[in-house]
Amino acid sequence: MMFSKYLFFILSFIAIYAALKVLISKSPMHSVLYLTLAFFAIAGHYILLNAQFLAVVHIIVYAGAIMVLFIYTVMLLNLNIQGEFPKTKLVNIASIIAGGLLMLTLIAVFKSYDMEVLTNPNYNQIGLVKTLGKVLFKDYFLPFELSSVLFLAAMVGAVMLGKKDIY
Amino acid sequence: MSANQNIGLLTNRSKVVSVKKMTFMERIYFPAIIKGFGITFSHLFKKKVTIQYPEVKRPIAEIYRGKHVLKRDDEGRERCTACGLCALACPAEAITMVAAERKPDEMHLYREEKYASVYEINNLRCIFCGLCEEACPKEAIFLTNTIVPSNYERSDFIYGKDVLVEPVDHRVDVSKRQTPEVLNFKKDKNQSHNI
Amino acid sequence: MDGNYIIYKFVLASVILLISLVVAMYATLLERKIAGFFQDRLGPNRAGIYGIFQPLADGLKLFFKEEFMPGSADKFLYILGPSLTMMIALLTSAVIPWGDSLIFNGVEYSLQVADINVGVLYVFAILSIGVYGIMIGGWASNNKYALIGAVRAASQMISYELAMSMAIIAIVMMSGTLSLSEIVNQQHGFNWNIWYQPLGFVLFIVCAFAECNRAPFDLPECETELIGGYHTEYSSMKLGFYLFAEYINMFISSAMIATLYFGGYNFPFMDDLGLSHNALTIIGFFVFFLKISFFGFVFMWVRWTLPRFRYDQLMRLGWKNLLPLALVNVIITGFFIMLKHHS
Repeated sequence: MMFSKYLFFILSFIAIYAALKVLISKSPMHSVLYLTLAFFAIAGHYILLNAQFLAVVHIIVYAGAIMVLFIYTVMLLNLNIQGEFPKTKLVNIASIIAGGLLMLTLIAVFKSYDMEVLTNPNYNQIGLVKTLGKVLFKDYFLPFELSSVLFLAAMVGAVMLGKKDIY
Repeated sequence: MSANQNIGLLTNRSKVVSVKKMTFMERIYFPAIIKGFGITFSHLFKKKVTIQYPEVKRPIAEIYRGKHVLKRDDEGRERCTACGLCALACPAEAITMVAAERKPDEMHLYREEKYASVYEINNLRCIFCGLCEEACPKEAIFLTNTIVPSNYERSDFIYGKDVLVEPVDHRVDVSKRQTPEVLNFKKDKNQSHNI
Repeated sequence: MDGNYIIYKFVLASVILLISLVVAMYATLLERKIAGFFQDRLGPNRAGIYGIFQPLADGLKLFFKEEFMPGSADKFLYILGPSLTMMIALLTSAVIPWGDSLIFNGVEYSLQVADINVGVLYVFAILSIGVYGIMIGGWASNNKYALIGAVRAASQMISYELAMSMAIIAIVMMSGTLSLSEIVNQQHGFNWNIWYQPLGFVLFIVCAFAECNRAPFDLPECETELIGGYHTEYSSMKLGFYLFAEYINMFISSAMIATLYFGGYNFPFMDDLGLSHNALTIIGFFVFFLKISFFGFVFMWVRWTLPRFRYDQLMRLGWKNLLPLALVNVIITGFFIMLKHHS
């Protein structure tokens, strides 16, 4: 168990470092790549929690699809350090206030939330495909199907947009 | 056929381009793709055209038009008299020469009274057409079946007399290209080049 | 987790890594040989008999070539690009079941490095992050051809991933599992998935070509338009990594095709031979490699047969033909599974 404990600390360090680098990096391209690294670290955490399915899906969706689109956009926008958004005093003050408010909210949320330690051995299996599938197709059948229909509609819509003669 | 001849096409293999709608079988492309696979696969077993160069050499014809040679006569005297007809005939203007008069003590070196003291062929300009050979009245210049080798410098492609004149003890055989028919052809007064 | 187990896994992983690299190395030779033969030439035959040392000579040449980095390149990302590509290309081999298990002294040693229960999804994940190396390298080169190549690679891979996933989903529906070893075990003997999923197979192989950036879908590196595409600015072994990764990807894709549709290490009449379990495993391993070699050959065969697509044709094929077909395939598969359950 010691091993996974060390892994937890290493992954947490990577995740926090990468998240900070997202904010600090001058180049937007670097920010996006550090964000991807953060996602990988979080996927590692999922694996530590024995939630393989969630970890892999997390990588597919976030690292594989969303971040690629981000990079795509950054590449095409040709953002560079010279064309940075001008930082006036007003913007600075506004961002400090907004950030402080967010922190307050988070503190308030976590203060009232009692961290529950899951000791039940059955819970070890919660992240595996079989358990997850049973939960999704029994307890959350309707929302799951509705969301899948939504995705299907988006996909069909994309194909239809590709057809020139339909306006 | 006749229609093609009327509009002046070179072959009867050209096809008229059309924008006809493709049939279903054509639109799924798979039959055409499979056919293509068949064609490429059959090439796996075809005879290879590669010639393993340094070991195997492509045969060169005896009358191949390659590097030039300035012939000597039977007594070892240079045949060239620097008349300049080869330079005149040359379409690429690759030949230059400087004429000089033969001294009495040079009788054994040059056959005619006038000879070429400098004779240069720029092999980068030469197109190896063989017109110099045809124009020469003294049967002095010939093309041989050796290939002009590659070089590092442009200046090295300009061959002077040191390269072009055949060595006395190492004669170049041109009997294959200097046949009686060729000699007759060159002397024939009915041909346009001799009028 | 005893020491023995760790050593066994370590040895297995190293062996598979080594095999992947050697196969990819010789795939380059095979590709050149086959290209030569298709064009009535002989291909490389100077380094050793039949040119068997050609890959070594190529590798040596790449190592000793001048390392050139554009002055305006993003140094870190420029180096990261080829390294990532190579690493990601090698990652998939961990979940592919290269053979059944060997039994020594009553202990069973599986020939699969990691039998994770979401094997298929893991392959998807690796596929989806496979584009990073190309995008990072292309962008960091600071060259317009490289950038266009990278952008092409990204959009091409995202588009074809969708249809590919849909094709695999039909397999997952049939098998009822996401574990690759179980999918292979269900195709025991001659009960291969290709008999049930011919359309899915065609879709999968077309998408595999696109995902590997192989002809006729090699638009990210298309020489005639983009010089070298994303690796225009690369030289020396960094270029070698990109080229090498392509062959590893090809090898892994062939292995995936063989695993998902052609029964992996299963072969017909394997139960009638009356051989021991270990012997069957070893024969199965070679049968699997035979299948992989065949699909590797198909990859090369396609490359030297079909001309390159135009970019809009590529996108149209992916979104308007393959994706709807894949959806139809999923629906048909679902329909048959339902019929089977009710009868």
